[in-house]
Amino acid sequence: MRLVLELDGEVVQRADPHIGLLHRATEKLAETKPFNQSIGYMDRLDYVSMMCNEHAYVMAIEKLLGIQAPIRAQYIRVMFDEITRILNHLMQLGANALDNGAMSMFLYCFREREDLMDCYEAVSGARMHATYYRPGGVYRDLPDFMPQYQPSKWHNKKQVHDMNKNRQGSLLDFIADFVEHFPKKIDEYETLLTDNRIWKQRTVDIGVIAPERALQLGFTGPMLRASGIAWDLRKTQPYAVYDKLEFDIPVGLNGDCYSRYLVRIEEMRQSNRIVKQCIEWLRKNPGPVMLAEHKVTPPSREIMKSDMEAMIHHFKLFTEGYCVPEGEVYAAVEHPKGEFGIYLISDGANKPYRLKIRAPSFVHLSSLDEMTRGHMIADVVASLSSIDVVFGEVDR
Amino acid sequence: MLITELSTLQEKLQTRFGDDITAAMIHADQLTIEIPSEKVLEICSALCDEADFQFNQLIDVCGVDYLSYGVSEWETESTTTTGFDRGVETGIEHKINWTKPRFAVVYHLLSTLQNQRLRVRAFLDENNLLIDSVIKIWPVANWFEREAFDLYGILFKGHPDLRRILTDYGFVGHPFRKDFPLSGHVEVRYDAEKKRVVYEPVDIEPRVLVPKVIRQDNRYQAPVPLPPKT
Repeated sequence: MRLVLELDGEVVQRADPHIGLLHRATEKLAETKPFNQSIGYMDRLDYVSMMCNEHAYVMAIEKLLGIQAPIRAQYIRVMFDEITRILNHLMQLGANALDNGAMSMFLYCFREREDLMDCYEAVSGARMHATYYRPGGVYRDLPDFMPQYQPSKWHNKKQVHDMNKNRQGSLLDFIADFVEHFPKKIDEYETLLTDNRIWKQRTVDIGVIAPERALQLGFTGPMLRASGIAWDLRKTQPYAVYDKLEFDIPVGLNGDCYSRYLVRIEEMRQSNRIVKQCIEWLRKNPGPVMLAEHKVTPPSREIMKSDMEAMIHHFKLFTEGYCVPEGEVYAAVEHPKGEFGIYLISDGANKPYRLKIRAPSFVHLSSLDEMTRGHMIADVVASLSSIDVVFGEVDR
Repeated sequence: MLITELSTLQEKLQTRFGDDITAAMIHADQLTIEIPSEKVLEICSALCDEADFQFNQLIDVCGVDYLSYGVSEWETESTTTTGFDRGVETGIEHKINWTKPRFAVVYHLLSTLQNQRLRVRAFLDENNLLIDSVIKIWPVANWFEREAFDLYGILFKGHPDLRRILTDYGFVGHPFRKDFPLSGHVEVRYDAEKKRVVYEPVDIEPRVLVPKVIRQDNRYQAPVPLPPKT
């Protein structure tokens, strides 16, 4: 981004963000590819909350096809959505603190992010760009083992043994261990920031947006909730299995940077709660994670060796893809940054006719001007990082 | 949202706006209405303010170009006599009749008070790409409309600052139109002699990797009655 500021001394008169420097025309690229080949592009939109983006895209296709993922796949999706939310908020918290001059927060947050990225890696093979959700379910079931650290120049056998201690069981065991310890880590973050005099001086009453104004400016997600409006798609328009889970929606009081910080901290605790419930359910309920509808999902490799029809399905799926019935659909998820929506128009072909990505950061960034007018330059940094903007999705 | 709630909303809309709604349909549990482009401002302010609707949030505005709607790159029917082609040339086309204007602006509205969504579409003729800006009703429209202008060339009357937003400074054309090539018209590189970045015509040949195919799938069609036996 290039931010053009008009100043009077050190006071901001007008802020004009020039965006588009990361514009890759994802929406146009998607129009030239079969549906499944664009899932990977979704990861690259908001590259710190990858699986949530995939979720919206996959939901849009499923709605048009009139199919629904198996219940176990939906629980897995919700669990990973919440892991992603924690990932995103940790990144935001670390970067926000770093922008305001608190270096150590960044290091602490990235320590925990590392564990969660290992979960990504265990389940999909990639640490960031997972391409794990597919129309009709998820790519594969949760693995029974975790990748292990190997001894190296930097870590001897003894150290590696300790590092691998919580990686002896399945992925679920590893996540269970993480959610057990994570609330204490959040307490640690709060000890560093919540009552910190400098932190409060930098964030309280900075970039205030009133509730009515927040609605007019199209705010969603934590930005809207920090302004005092309890609106969360997971509660108001539940998708996947959110209606079966227990969690609360934190709401801020003042709509300033400090409220946004508090809301996100509490959201991490709630996500932790959701992940816990998902683990419990997933342990008890084995089952398929992908529909057996082979017009859309690939048949298993084993069956393909002996079954002609499975072979044909596989060939057609990977050379041509599947055709999606004519129509249009808008699917939205409660993304860590706000409402992330996919508007999909299909003309009955194997590629989307038009794909529009409704990115929350894009909307939030457009209010930067209003948020920073009359503030000092240093407050622009505080406001900008409190928006939680990622340019992968602003520029698309 | 429940289907019954949707049809109630549809009825309310139709009683309130009457003939101004040229089409209304419920598909995949979502309600879409089509309105004439010159009535956008009037209808949208009613949708925002009136107690029956209260659409207090504008979630999204986007342009759509229907130029190649229903046009495929690979013929799959009636190929018995000719055999399949490789689908790399774009000469072979068949078209679903698209009788409506080429461009459209689509608004996605959300009411946080009544917890419902609505999609509003206004078609625009290719020769008159002008529509009223809704920025006075929902300030969030600012960047959305700039984006639609940038990518599709749709002009929004009353927008205070209609500049390009996503493309390069000095960009020519509207890249998301269907007749704009995917690889664009110009490419940039650093010229060591001139010591600056230079723009040159693109040297990539556009090609189709997976041809677009439209297949008639009986699962998604209404059942066709069998012809009477003779």
